[in-house]
Amino acid sequence: MEQPVLNVSGLETHFFTDDGEIPAVDSVDFHVNKGEVLGIVGESGSGKSVTSLSIMQLISAPGKVVGGEISYKGENLLLKSEKQMRKIRGNEIGMIFQEPMTSLNPVFKIGNQLVEGIRIHKKWNKKDSWAHAIKFLKLVGLPRAEELMNEYPHQLSGGMRQRVMIAMAMACEPDVLIADEPTTALDVTIQAQILELMKRLNNETNTSIIMITHDLGVVAEMCDRIVVMYSGKIVEQGTTKEIFESPKHPYTIGLIESVPDVRSRKERLYSIPGNVPKPGSIKTGCHFAPRCKFAFDKCFEETPELMDAGQGQLARCWLHEDKEKAALLEKVES
Amino acid sequence: MAEIAPQKQTNVPKQPDEEVISPWREAWKGFRRNKLAMVGMGIVLFFILLAIFAGVIAPEGINDQKLSERLQSPSASHWFGTDDFGRDILSRIIYGARISLWVGFFAVLGSAAIGSLLGLIAGYYGRMVDTIISRIFDIMLAFPSILLAIAVVAVLGPSLRNALIAIAIINIPNFGRLVRSRVLSVKQEEYVMAARAVGMRDTRIIFSHVLPNSLAPIIVQGTLAIATAILEAAALSFLGLGAQAPQPEWGKMLADSRQYIIQAPWTVFFPGLAIMLTVLGFNLLGDGLRDALDPKMKK
Repeated sequence: MEQPVLNVSGLETHFFTDDGEIPAVDSVDFHVNKGEVLGIVGESGSGKSVTSLSIMQLISAPGKVVGGEISYKGENLLLKSEKQMRKIRGNEIGMIFQEPMTSLNPVFKIGNQLVEGIRIHKKWNKKDSWAHAIKFLKLVGLPRAEELMNEYPHQLSGGMRQRVMIAMAMACEPDVLIADEPTTALDVTIQAQILELMKRLNNETNTSIIMITHDLGVVAEMCDRIVVMYSGKIVEQGTTKEIFESPKHPYTIGLIESVPDVRSRKERLYSIPGNVPKPGSIKTGCHFAPRCKFAFDKCFEETPELMDAGQGQLARCWLHEDKEKAALLEKVES
Repeated sequence: MAEIAPQKQTNVPKQPDEEVISPWREAWKGFRRNKLAMVGMGIVLFFILLAIFAGVIAPEGINDQKLSERLQSPSASHWFGTDDFGRDILSRIIYGARISLWVGFFAVLGSAAIGSLLGLIAGYYGRMVDTIISRIFDIMLAFPSILLAIAVVAVLGPSLRNALIAIAIINIPNFGRLVRSRVLSVKQEEYVMAARAVGMRDTRIIFSHVLPNSLAPIIVQGTLAIATAILEAAALSFLGLGAQAPQPEWGKMLADSRQYIIQAPWTVFFPGLAIMLTVLGFNLLGDGLRDALDPKMKK
């Protein structure tokens, strides 16, 4: 099999606060293959954004990557100097942020912001960079690209700005694109357009995409594989098909159940009881145990590892220790 | 490559015939509606023109002494009267505009440049650097500013240039603190993170993203600071620590004429009026700029 473009193993990112050391990302392993769309799913505070910032080495104090390895094309990014990382950011790994309304500098014209990144990495002259930027504005489906270059961010709608952000992230043709909740702040109709655009870019340019989201709908539509995160840890990993058809972790089951389904006329929407625990607040046992309806004694005493739940699907749950208990999950689903 | 479906009209807010509006032009539109601010700008422009064309406008030279015409009250030949050396006060005030504006402008330019730079560094890098710079500002602000200025002049020796340097120094912490606090909020903006994510270096981010977004408060503070600087320069000159005779500095003119306040009140009234008017002008202008620029450049 081909070597993955990006391989994260044992990643540990901790925050050093007044309340002590908080493990926001706790031994996270995953990989992204060339041209693949990987979804990282989880509630707020599950550590998914911190994971993406760790990959880009953009974690700032009081946060710090304290362990693990992030290997991009065989090279460990954690060993790179800040100067070497700058050559990778934007050029090799691009990033799109959640808030298109604030991701563009209000005092500069769109064109200047687009050209900036291109000039840093491609070292082209102004004219060539300008033409290249226009080409990418057209690629992301923006009308009147030439005119847009001379406009200010406040003259654009949210959807248009997000397209500009995508054009900016794609302009240097990175191999990996990290999209941190790219559609959360947008209207549903625009959301669909942006997702369609990203899918198309993924197909046409063969750029791998890491899609960070809490929206299972987005994941189902876009991703080849899914990583589910909970409280800084990966709780389940598998292909999109496997995870939606037979989720192996009680948390994933809860997530899928809480998606509104127009076909079933349920009185109330399902929600997982309780909240995501503050990272570091649970010392022993499974982090999900207090909210889990399957929890038994062992869950509160020992922290489970990622276990094989069949066909390469991994789940961090004691239920998969023996077949009898795992069968409990199947029952609930049907 | 395949084009995505064209955008709906609703996604294109701009009218085709509308010109591109920069945030600065938007602010100017708001500023123009503010009557007081326009008055302030008028006063400031008036004094700037006086200063530039002093040589053409002033009826007499600054040192043209006519001892036979000492302490004359305002009349057709001497609109503002004459002082104890028989010098035309109007002419001296017109030339004095040069000195006051020069001191005000360059002192503020100096303190804004140094203060902003220190503020940018402190706010952007934070931690140790921030602590050191901020504590230095605190120490400077612990002194009454005029006292600090006097101390600086005492070290450098009394002269107009040294007064300018002293005023520049005492105003550094005002700009430093202002810019630092602005940087702290701009730094959190997503476009700064986005700039880092495209591989921009810190110095570049500071000067091309953080500084331009901090300019509005710097401009407002700068305008108001010119008013204060003019006052401070007049105060230092009044105390004999700034302009030296026979320079026609307004504060100096006040000091030299104060013994005649009873017999010849015009000798102190007009220099005082000149100081008051320029300070008022810059204050009105500064307030107007604040109203136009501060309610967030982006709407």
